Amino acid sequence: MTRSGRWAEWGVSLPSFVWLTVFFVVPTLIVLSIAFHAPSSDGGFASGFTMETWKAVVRTPYKEIVWRTIWISAVTTAVCILLSLPCAYSIARMNTRWRAIVAGLIMLPFWTSFIVRVFAWRTLLNPEGFLQHVLIALGLADASVSLNYNSGAILVVSVYSFLPFAIMPIYTAAEKFDFSLMEAARDLGARSFFAFRKIFLPGVKRGVVSAILMVFIPAIGSYVIPDLVGGRDSELIGNKIYQRTFPDRNLPHASALAAVMGFSVLLPLAWVAWMIKRQDAREAKRLAEATARKLSGGAA
Amino acid sequence: MKRSKFAVVVLGLVMVFLYLPIVVLVANSFNEAKFGGEWAGFTFKWYKALFSSQNHAIWEAFQRSIIVATFATFASCVIGTTAAVALHRWKGRLQSIHYGLIYTPLVMPEILMGISLLMMFTAAGIGCGLTTIWIAHTTFCVSYVAMTVLARLQDFDDRITEAAYDLGAGPFYAFFHVVLPILLPGIVAGGLLAFTLSIDDFVITFFVTGPGADTLPLKIYSMIKHSRQMPVINSLSTLMLLMTCLLVAASRLVANRRRRVRTR
Repeated sequence: MTRSGRWAEWGVSLPSFVWLTVFFVVPTLIVLSIAFHAPSSDGGFASGFTMETWKAVVRTPYKEIVWRTIWISAVTTAVCILLSLPCAYSIARMNTRWRAIVAGLIMLPFWTSFIVRVFAWRTLLNPEGFLQHVLIALGLADASVSLNYNSGAILVVSVYSFLPFAIMPIYTAAEKFDFSLMEAARDLGARSFFAFRKIFLPGVKRGVVSAILMVFIPAIGSYVIPDLVGGRDSELIGNKIYQRTFPDRNLPHASALAAVMGFSVLLPLAWVAWMIKRQDAREAKRLAEATARKLSGGAA
Repeated sequence: MKRSKFAVVVLGLVMVFLYLPIVVLVANSFNEAKFGGEWAGFTFKWYKALFSSQNHAIWEAFQRSIIVATFATFASCVIGTTAAVALHRWKGRLQSIHYGLIYTPLVMPEILMGISLLMMFTAAGIGCGLTTIWIAHTTFCVSYVAMTVLARLQDFDDRITEAAYDLGAGPFYAFFHVVLPILLPGIVAGGLLAFTLSIDDFVITFFVTGPGADTLPLKIYSMIKHSRQMPVINSLSTLMLLMTCLLVAASRLVANRRRRVRTR
């Protein structure tokens, strides 16, 4: 590259580089470093290195909160994927006009205020609210059952909030899927569900993987949902980070919890990156072998 | 061929699930009853309350949201577009680091970005307020704008820029008169996304807000938290929903018309 080319590259890259370094990389490093300090009495952090914060984080009751966050996120992800697969399948089977309408209707809630949607659920699940009345009228519950302020409520509202992000990537993959493969399988005697599992599912695998990430990551980082519909015994990491930052003013503990959250997000990301790389390598190898076979066959 | 009935039924139930809370919310905004469990008659009083002087703070918060979103959109469009141009134009080591820098904020949970910015502002002794909210919003919007513009650049024909150079244009002239007009739809799309995300953001704003700088989502949150005037939140939310639907419909209309013009 010419000298002026390199200058131009630096010049054009500079604004985003500087902005994101100052307001993204540096703050992240600050959070990590604060976790190795002790809290000071004035609500900041003391100088001097310590491992005490980390020891406290590994011990209870943080451990319980971390596990609860991970399993609620995992169940949310599983439910979202199970609901998204048939949805994406049936949207992809519609004609173009209907496809656009239904896909638009699924994404429309995403364009509306998140806090308003969680509030709508809070009212819906309220003891005086619509769902309780319906359940009592159907004889499925009485006034003593509480729909709000527990892990179940967090789960329902999380599925509600993240479902569009699971449907869309799977639908995008399903749109490119060749449905005549399913017909062929059925002509050969496969049952519908077998064809769905063995042909459709592998066909939309990439979409499913990105759907998992699109749900799992925000679920781990959830704060508003557990805060508004969760209860005292269903706190998640997000609530704890807030609590340690503001009411308790224990910044080192908040930082350590933030680091734990960061790792819980990075781990599945790294796993997916590794899987894709391995799959690409395997496909490349298979292709190379097939080519070699063809070539040697041609030679023979 | 036979369609799977099961899949269609699931889709129908999911649609009910997605719209049930919204329908109940809109219905309750016209409901005389305060708690909205039962229908007690039709009323406009929650809308009247929303526009009364008592709720002036809501509109002030709304104004602040618009101001922050406007400035954050502008800044993130400038920074995001230059980033996308750099990522598209050069493919070296520097750009792969650059790509990582742009991509990571997209997968970072909001609360982490909020707490890390708060700790930096605290460490640097910067007081929180509208400026820190603007900085935070710009930071997370840059990545979205950059990705949107980058997608648009993928079908950009680089020979057009070369032709401009051959005809004697300098790099700045070529950028502003050739590249920018072609990129404009991508930048507008990215800007719309940035504006929506900024106006809707709660978590990050919650961490970096200061006294008297509450944006609309923060205001709604504190009303929910203190169980103050719940039915007024219903009427406000209904108006917000209506606005969103109109905006989405308008952008669809514009996009369709453009497509029709292009195919002609």
